[in-house]
Amino acid sequence: MSAALFFIAAIIAIIGAIGVVTLRNPLYAVLALVCHLVALAALFLLLRAEFVAAAQVVVYAGAVMVLYVFVVAYVGGGDEIKAGNSLRILGPMFAVALAIELFIAMLGTGLSGIKGHGARYKLGFGDPEHIGKLFLTDYLFAFEVASLLLLVAAIGAIVLARRRRGLEDDDVDFKTIRATPRPAYTGTIAEAVGVRRVLEQLEQAHGGASELVGAPRDSEAEDES
Amino acid sequence: MALGWYLAVSVLIFCIGSGGVLVRRNPLVILLCLELMLNAGNLALVTFARMHGGEAGQIFALIVMVVAACEVTVGLGLIVAISRRNLPIDVDELHELNG
Repeated sequence: MSAALFFIAAIIAIIGAIGVVTLRNPLYAVLALVCHLVALAALFLLLRAEFVAAAQVVVYAGAVMVLYVFVVAYVGGGDEIKAGNSLRILGPMFAVALAIELFIAMLGTGLSGIKGHGARYKLGFGDPEHIGKLFLTDYLFAFEVASLLLLVAAIGAIVLARRRRGLEDDDVDFKTIRATPRPAYTGTIAEAVGVRRVLEQLEQAHGGASELVGAPRDSEAEDES
Repeated sequence: MALGWYLAVSVLIFCIGSGGVLVRRNPLVILLCLELMLNAGNLALVTFARMHGGEAGQIFALIVMVVAACEVTVGLGLIVAISRRNLPIDVDELHELNG
């Protein structure tokens, strides 16, 4: 039973990995990676790592992949350019050479546990209670450093991705925003502070005047600024 | 299952990921391939934890996941900044740091 589960999960994981590398559309690549991550979580469960499997599904396949999908939708890089460089051939050759080398290292290893089915473990191996206890006792420093790293990465991402003034051509033109017509009683700030009285707007609306209701005059705008 | 099989899967996923990093030119897909390599490392760590009978390898795997999340955040922020400036999303075109 566990052997069958292992082979199903391993084959799905490897197919997902190949899909990430070969699929042309980045959105499909992200979906293939989600497939791969869920299969990998099944492998973690077979290795008695329950908390790692749960974190894999929740953090990776949930949060990180949603971030990827949003960025793919924002960037919209659907068309991959055809590569004509030498890495096109050298890349797969390097991957195959690396695989052969690692398999040789694995087959020639003196590690006795590699043929076994794992050491004996205590009840509750890998469950949240044990992992949490270890994080707050033996590995407290790594835990704190990880939290600091997350904070630094969040601030760094905000600084990198923020909108900088003057760098883009399509900066928002505030004059065009002011000139867009707004119907009366749609909750504009001008109505709220009483700059435009409501009766005035009603008269304008009934009179069929095509004057823009929400737009302040230019003199007012310049006074404010 | 003998634990060597898990290591074999880990080796295959790592090699697929490293080949993808070298071949693909879209930085988004390169980040995805980096995720593949980190996950292969995670699988090996969890396998060794099972082999050893201790939970230290699982702690390692969780820390690797945190680092991967940070790397993804910063990398995607860079990609958003690149696309804001209408630069090509292609690592062969992006070989200058100035600006």
